[in-house]
Parts: sequence; C-alpha cells; structure tokens
Amino acid sequence: MSINDKFIINAAGRKVPVEVNGLAVIPFRGVGKFIPNGNKQAPRIPSCVEYPSDGNKLVPSLKESLLQAGLKNGMTLSTHHHFRNGDLIANQVFDLASEMGIKDLVWFPSASFECNVYLIKYLEDGTIHHIEGSMNGSLGRFTSQGNMKGMGILRSHGGRYQSVQDGEVHIDIAIIAAPCADMFGNANGTNGPAACGSLGFALVDSEYASKVIVVTDNLVPFPCVPWQIQGNHVDYVVQVDQVGIPEKIVSGTTEITKSPDRLFLAELTARFCEASGILRDGFSFQSGSGGVSLAVSAYFREIMVKKGIKARFARGGSNKYLVSMLEEGLIDYIIDGQTFDLEGVRSMRENSNHVWSSPFTSYNYHSKGNFASLVDVVILGATEIDINFNANVVTHSDGYLLHGIGGWQNCLFSKTVILTVPLFRDRIPVIKDEVTTLCGPGELIDVVVTERGIAINPLRTDLIEITKDSGLPVFTINELKELAEKICGKPSLPKFTDTPVAVVKWVDGTVIDTIWQVEK
Amino acid sequence: MDKSIAEAGNNGEKVRSDCYITLELTSEGGINTELISKVEALYGDSILILCKDMFRFFGIENARLKVEDKGALPFVLAARIEAAIKSLITTTKEYLFEMYEEYRYSTARDRPRMTRLYLPGNTPSLMINAGIHTPNGIILDLEDAVGVNKKTEARYLVRNALRSVDFMGAERMVRINQLPLGFEDLDFIIPHNVNLILLPKCENAGQIHQLNEKINELKKLAGVTNPVWIMPIIENAMGVMKALEIAQAAENVVAMCIGLEDYTADIGAKRTNGANESFFARCQVLNACKAARIQAIDSVFSDIGDMEELKENVLRSKAMGFEGMGCIHPRQIKVIYENFSPDETEIKTAERIVIAFEEATKKGLGVVSLGTKMIDAPVVKKARQTIDLAIRMGKLDSNWMELI
Repeated sequence: MSINDKFIINAAGRKVPVEVNGLAVIPFRGVGKFIPNGNKQAPRIPSCVEYPSDGNKLVPSLKESLLQAGLKNGMTLSTHHHFRNGDLIANQVFDLASEMGIKDLVWFPSASFECNVYLIKYLEDGTIHHIEGSMNGSLGRFTSQGNMKGMGILRSHGGRYQSVQDGEVHIDIAIIAAPCADMFGNANGTNGPAACGSLGFALVDSEYASKVIVVTDNLVPFPCVPWQIQGNHVDYVVQVDQVGIPEKIVSGTTEITKSPDRLFLAELTARFCEASGILRDGFSFQSGSGGVSLAVSAYFREIMVKKGIKARFARGGSNKYLVSMLEEGLIDYIIDGQTFDLEGVRSMRENSNHVWSSPFTSYNYHSKGNFASLVDVVILGATEIDINFNANVVTHSDGYLLHGIGGWQNCLFSKTVILTVPLFRDRIPVIKDEVTTLCGPGELIDVVVTERGIAINPLRTDLIEITKDSGLPVFTINELKELAEKICGKPSLPKFTDTPVAVVKWVDGTVIDTIWQVEK
Repeated sequence: MDKSIAEAGNNGEKVRSDCYITLELTSEGGINTELISKVEALYGDSILILCKDMFRFFGIENARLKVEDKGALPFVLAARIEAAIKSLITTTKEYLFEMYEEYRYSTARDRPRMTRLYLPGNTPSLMINAGIHTPNGIILDLEDAVGVNKKTEARYLVRNALRSVDFMGAERMVRINQLPLGFEDLDFIIPHNVNLILLPKCENAGQIHQLNEKINELKKLAGVTNPVWIMPIIENAMGVMKALEIAQAAENVVAMCIGLEDYTADIGAKRTNGANESFFARCQVLNACKAARIQAIDSVFSDIGDMEELKENVLRSKAMGFEGMGCIHPRQIKVIYENFSPDETEIKTAERIVIAFEEATKKGLGVVSLGTKMIDAPVVKKARQTIDLAIRMGKLDSNWMELI
C-alpha cells in the first residue's frame, strides 16, 4: 500500500516513512507479528591484555576519555536518565564535543529531561544531528517545529534495548554517570551523594557500545559492590566533582496528589481492580510515577489490609509508598527499574527483597520472555485515547511532542492494562475520535478509567461480565467521548505540514506512527 | 456610562479553566479580538465565534477585546465576556446557553443534606468536577468566598454554572450575600433552577419573609414551578436567640444551619475543637430545628488537613442530633458521610425491623412487633432510610436481605 516512494500505510493504518535518517525502516505489522531472524549484534572482541593489569582505568578528565574513545563526527553517544532532572553529565559531554569541533552526533539517551533543553544550541549548530530516545518538554516543542536537523526516533525503554541488540542502533561511546564506581569500572546507583537506585538503563550500553566511559563523583577502592554495571565492560573511568544534583534526582512526583479529582480517579481505579477480582492474594502490579499512580498504590494498600491479601511482587519505579508496603509485608518483592525517591534508594540498598532490574529483564523484545507480561495489572496514563482504545503518550492534542514513551509501551503486555486519565484536561478532551499519535494499539488496552466513568475494551468480555453488577460507573468508550465533547465542545484538529519530524517505534523496532511538523 | 475599559475573570500562573477579559468600547474600527489561549489549536476558532456572537447579541459594533484563556469552558468564557460588557453598557438582555433538561430536577424537602460542598462562586475550575465527589448538595458561594470587587462577575459565572454544569444529582444550592445585597443575587439564580438558597447571617423571620417575597416574584416572572428551599445560616447571637421564629418562618425553610466562625466572633469567644463556647448556640439551633421539624445542620470544620479531628467533630455532632455538615473541601465529604451514616448497631437494628415488617406483611398481620416492642410505620420508615443510607455508604450490600 505505497502512497509514494517515501511513505507507506502500516498495519495500524498510519502513514509512516519507509526511510528514517537515510536508513530503511520496517513499518508496523501488527502486535507480535514481526519476528526477525539472524543473530544479535556483538561488539568487537576485547582482550584483557589490552587493559591495565592493575585494573586502573582512570583517565584524568571527561574530555580525555572522549579523546581516547576516539570521538569523531557522526558518532552515536549515549547517556542515561538515572539522575532525571538533576543530570550534570549529558550536557557536559556535548559541551566538550562542541569544543572539539565535532558535528552530526546522534544523541541516544534513555530519556531526556527539562535540564537537557540546554542541548538545543547544539541541535541548532549541528553538533547534534538528531535525538533517538525521548524529546520531552522544550526539546519536543523544538522538534515539532521542525528545527531538528535529522528525524527524531522515539523508543520505549524495552525498544531501546531491542534496537541495540538487533543492530538498529550502534552505540559508539556510552557515557554512564554513576553515583558510585571503582577504578575498574564497576558501578552502582545505590551509594553516594547522587544515589539514584538502579543503573539498569545503562546495562545495554555497557554490553554493546564500542567504548564505555564510567563517570563518577564517588570513587571507592575496588571493589564497588554491588556492581550493577560490571567493570569488565568498561574502558575508562573518570572522576568528577559532581555527577548529579541530589534534590533534582528525586522527581517532583513523589508525593501523593492532593487534588481531590485525581484522588477520586485513583480511588475509582482501585475500586475497579477490587471489583474485577484482580486484587487477590499473590497478585502483582505496576503503577508508574506521578501523583495519581502513587495514590492508586495507597488505595490498593487500604483494600489489601481490609481483605488481608498480599501482593507477590510490585514493579517499580519505586517510591516511599511502595517501600512502606514492602516493609509492612503487604508486598513480598519490589522489582525496580528506577527509583523515584530517597526512601526507594535506601530500601534498594538495604532490603534484599527490593531487587533492581533493567529493561533486559523487564521489557526487552529480544529477551526470552520478559517480566512485563507476568504482571497482573498495570496502571498507566496517556495524553489521548481514542474510541478504539488506541492511546498516545508522546504528543498532546495540539500536535506538539512533549513526552517520551518510557516503559509505557512495554507495560501494555501486562495481563490487564488500565489507563487512568481525566476525561478532559482544562478544556481538552482526552478521549477522542482518533489519537494524534498512535503509541499503543487498542487491542492491548483493557480499561480506561476517568473521573466520570469507566470504559472496558469490548475484547475483555471477562472484565465486562465480572464488573456488571459492581455498581461501578461503566460506560462505552463512545459514551465517554461524547460526554467529554458535551462539556468541552468538539475540538478542531491540529494542523500539520507534510514533513515528518520524528517516528514512534513499536516495541519490536517497527514504525508505528509518525510525528509531523506542526504548522505555524 | 463614562467607563470605557472593563475587566473580568482571573489571571495568573495557577489559574486554570478560567480566562481574563479586557474589553474596551471604541467608536470606530469594528471589533478587534486578540486571543491568547492554551487551547488555541483546538478551540481558537470556536472561542472567536463565541465572542463575535456575543457582540452581535449585545449590539456592540466597535470594541477592542483581549481574551487571555487558560482553558475556560464556554460557559465561563461567556460569563466573563458578559460581565465585562455589562459593566460598560446598560441592558436587560442576558446571553444564556441552553439548559439541559436533565439539569432541571427538583429536590424533596426531606432529602438528605448530610454533606454540602461549598465552592467559591468565582472559581470555575472547582465547579466543573464537583459533582463526582457526590455531596448531597453543591453550594455556589456568592458571599464570603468572593472578593468585594468580584461580586458582580461572580453572579454571571454562578448563573452560567447553574445552566451548564452537571451537578450529578446533588442539590443545586447558592449561598447569596447577606441581605440586602443578597436580593440582587436572586435575579441570577431563581430563573436557573436553583434548588435551595442559603441565607447567611440570618437574624429574624422578617428576613425570610422578605426573601420569599422576592423569590416568589421572580419565580412567577420566570415561570419557575420547582420549589426553592431556604436554609438560613445562624451566625450571631441575635440569630441564635431568634432561632425558633426563623425555623418556623416559612413553609420552604427546610433546614437551618449554624456558622460558628462568625458566631464565635460575634460573642467574643475563640473557636475551639471542643466547641464548649458554642454549646448553647448549637443546642438552641438544634432544638429550634427539631421543634420546627426541619433538618439541623452543623457548622463547617475549617481545618482541611485534619481528618481525625473532623471525624471527632462529626461524631459529636451526630450524637447531639445534627443531620449534616458543610464541607469546604471534597476530601471532607467521605469522612462526614462515613461518620454521620449509621454504624453497625444501627444497621443491624434497622435490618431486624425491616425483616419483621416484611414477614408480618406476608402473613397478613396488621400489627408488627419485634421481640416485645411494637413497630409502627414511622419506625419502619426510619429503618428503611437507615438501610438505604447504609447501602449508599457501602456499609451494607444491596442484596442484604438475601445474604442474611
């Protein structure tokens, strides 16, 4: 179904480019339909004799490490979002690259934050060609306006692992900022002034990148334990004064929302889980960051105490509420990809039932199974949902790219996926005829909970049946859409040009949708 | 009028679902509208159409209009624009949205008024979703929660909210200003299906009579047939002393409530959680209500962070015989519901009464007894109310009878 040479309509009915940044891409074929052959990628074979026998891989500066790693034009550089908005290293890397006159780099972060808006000047002057990862906030706006030289590529946390393993992305230099490391390159995220919990997002980089640089402000004598990053993968270690700003490492969404409307939404979500029998002894759950998700955990707790049931495991991002449930014995294990507050970091350090994980174990398409599909219920958000239960997490209804995918797509493989959203934000309906950008196919989304009612995917006849007499306000998704439009009015559609500015990858590496330049 | 520039609405970083209007009437050049909106891509066109329509409606041909919009719903935009227009021109015309049929419900005089959520009358963001918290009543407050310079524009907002916001079955209430200012509020609420009016700082029956006179006049004018109930608020020593005459002042006085912030200030006492200082006043108001066979409603509890003390307060209030409280935050609703609602023993007793009655009816017995006690109709009615309430509170399964 070729539209012309440059675009094709994929299996989800979305128009996507056949080539991105000069490389051919595969259009989305349907959930679970794309199974590539061949072997995983492999880095060059290193030999231990090439490395100092005393294990000391320290180099004097970040610049020196980049020079030794052979930084040159067009390379792919990776950094990670373990420090969230408190990251100090990614921006420095590109300061140095710019100083060295390097051009056309690809930035391959695990996620970007508002602190990385600093990099816009390097996108403008050609130091960075494009971003593959996430383009949040102002970076998203910049991209949507068509200002980035290359096309952005958005991937899930699992998709990032997949893209490295199957060779879609080759990382030339990985720069891993670590709260604790030794001279050999062993590193962890649990100790030190910038302690952030896990370093799981950097795992794939450490294993597959041509060169790996560990940067720390907390160099300890060998051995640095636990070694979340194994020094055996690391080429260089750099000591700096500070890798991250501690108070910005814990995100702003670590407190339960005080908004009565959002609390109501969280409570309704928990009531649905109770009524549908999902909350039973030995169940498992994951709820993301953000005030509503935290509140869902708090309401789960109430129900669990009342019913005398325990969860076998909860998936992080962890926070103090999840930790208190672990410590009260309401949860046997926390399996944690990232840690949202210092209580979470402490717990991971001290409690062997608080286990750190990575996208490899949790989300990766090329793993022999992953944890996401074992989870009984996951509670997520979305910017938009359409009447076919398709959902968007990256763009807003005005067409602007503002968020990354994170683990969202990967979590859709959980046994029951609940999207908890307001029916409208200010005046903007969240449930609409068609999503601006497709990130998650509706067949994977089971339930939509809004403050005005719940819609269950018609595919989930079991959930419809079991909640029939629960007294919960269940509507069709169309009814919710109409209610939103009755209150807000029918929205116009945003206007786009014909120029794609980014693509959204599905978890298997195929292109599920395109993000178009917003018309000025 | 000599004024040529008017402003209306709210502006500022934290403002949501509202807008700020600056309007200048000019003598030539047609209508110039400047729109700055966070929802421009989606609703820019429809906002401009609304503005144009309103100017045509009010016959304004030349003006400069600036709309700074933070995602205001149409009823809010229209209220703000109308308020600005009417502070520049004199007209009796009103720009009204069609009112949905399902908002035209009336309420029974004895419906529960256990929780009533106060909402500031000039803050649209709090109104839009208030119904989801399912209070028995939602009060749009034109009195203390609205600044003196915002009184006029709040009336347009409250009027439009009564027409456009779904109260989801909650009783539609407005607290008007203290009389005589409150008389002016009535034009904005009586024709728009207000179910109940709260009259603040009520001191004597005469005020109720005056209020009813104006209400009836407006009802007739607007063809309103739904009842408009009155709930006087007793907030000073004079009101307390005249509580009975106020409670009995008119047929449509269905409940009376006490406001302790103002009352304690009036008698020169400090308001405490233990509330000894207002014990007499509460007893007086309560007994006046019971004597007049109307609902007795307690004061609001003002610390929205302290749910424990609120609970204590509710239990004390229930023990005295009060039947409800005002809420100043949605989080208080649940606590008030749960603690005003029947406890285990009350529910069990009610269950036994209802079952005994059903069995007696089945057997065709005219006289119903439970143990050694005779049960008459009001007792059964009260028991059924208790059961209904318990089911609504989630304290009792709706199939309770089958489960026994």
